[in-house]
Amino acid sequence: MPINTNRKFQGYRRENGRVGVRNHVVILPVDDISNAACEAVANNIKGTLALPHAYGRLQFGADLDLHFRTMIGTGSNPNVAACIVVGIEPGWTQKIADGIAETGKPVAAFSIEQNGDLKTIMDVSRKAKEMVQWATELQRTECDVSELWVSTKCGESDTTTGLGSCPTVGNMYDKLIPEGIYGVFGETSEITGAEHICKERAVDAEVGERWYKMWKAYQDDVIFAHATNDLSESQPTKGNIEGGLSTIEEKALGNLEKIGRECKFIDILEPAEAPQKGNGLYFMDTSSAAAECVTLMAAAGYVIHTFPTGQGNVIGNPIVPVVKITANPRTVRTMSEHVDVDVSGILRRDMTIDQAGDALIENIMRTANGRMTAAEALGHREFVMTKLYRSA
Amino acid sequence: MSSHPQLLVHDHKDNVGVVVVEGLKAGTDMLCVVTHDNSSFRLTANDDVPIGHKIALSDVSSGDTAVKYGEDIGRFKADVKKGSHVHVHNLKTNRW
Repeated sequence: MPINTNRKFQGYRRENGRVGVRNHVVILPVDDISNAACEAVANNIKGTLALPHAYGRLQFGADLDLHFRTMIGTGSNPNVAACIVVGIEPGWTQKIADGIAETGKPVAAFSIEQNGDLKTIMDVSRKAKEMVQWATELQRTECDVSELWVSTKCGESDTTTGLGSCPTVGNMYDKLIPEGIYGVFGETSEITGAEHICKERAVDAEVGERWYKMWKAYQDDVIFAHATNDLSESQPTKGNIEGGLSTIEEKALGNLEKIGRECKFIDILEPAEAPQKGNGLYFMDTSSAAAECVTLMAAAGYVIHTFPTGQGNVIGNPIVPVVKITANPRTVRTMSEHVDVDVSGILRRDMTIDQAGDALIENIMRTANGRMTAAEALGHREFVMTKLYRSA
Repeated sequence: MSSHPQLLVHDHKDNVGVVVVEGLKAGTDMLCVVTHDNSSFRLTANDDVPIGHKIALSDVSSGDTAVKYGEDIGRFKADVKKGSHVHVHNLKTNRW
């Protein structure tokens, strides 16, 4: 019996029509050396959120494009009500602010050169106070489940993720993709061993071929070009091995359980690229490192992340609630404060995958209504930019 | 005896299953369930095996293919007896 038949929630409808489930005022540094000013502002003005990160200087080519896409995408995410962009110089700062402004949300840009940190912090703080008082008056309104964008990526996987938590996410997608949500999965390296199955899950042969070329290019240009050993300590990870996963093939087959039985992916996204082909499931070409992947999916506009874990990855994200699902009873016993949806009953055979999928959907709806996830309550705010190669 | 299984198997083609309880001891007469159709069988564990780790469902030889989810997950690099622990000490990826 379905747990939630009325799939409405109270969300924030933004200027461009997208729906957010959080209402952050973000102080966004363009570059590493602007982190200090942003963090000082976030300390001054309560209810604002600085997103410090390590990059943004002397990047070029595709790596710079990705930096801009991630910055603009993060500020544009519907979970962000308003954004202030702070950079060392005005050029790239304004470029990012202009990109975010296309959503119609309030955006401001400040640069540090010829002002210094202290004057910048004062000016940004005044603007941030104005924005946070405006944002905190915004009201949630009734929205339909079809307006949700839900991403997925698993971490600290073990054999229980393939048995329980990943099929739970797959069941959720099998139920909600037909209702009109946007979904996305990725982790290019972790499809290795299941690539023949993944290719068949493309909506048609053309998308399947494009997907396979992308996967093969990653194998050749990243893995085999940089491998110094057999990757046996990286994929699977030490945590995966502790949890019983022996090979990348075994890990990949479990990983792919996240897309369920029915869903087909309709397009392939570059890292942090927003989907362009309407509602449905997408594949994004990402690293399998959790914080990098979730940061890229958030920058593409996804507002809730579903995160199956076996051994207990504790990741969160500053702007997107990360819902943790585990089927491992040892993890439930030892790390319960990190678990949002306990599906360990699947292993005991007293919970079906269908029931687990319903429990996840119920948790997604509660999260969309504003309930904090475990990672939010515990203060996990991992914001990690993907870097493609060395800066100039 | 508990009605909860100690070992889960994804597919009837598989030659390994996953221990799903903590503290499994050698000699345990395991209830094994195939999740594909909920059919069950029994198997005795030869080793103490941690939760999440695999057990061979039949005698296998070095060089044989390990099958899980009905798919190739690598090759055995040692002979393994039915009921014994399968992991990185006797199973290796075909990919790298």
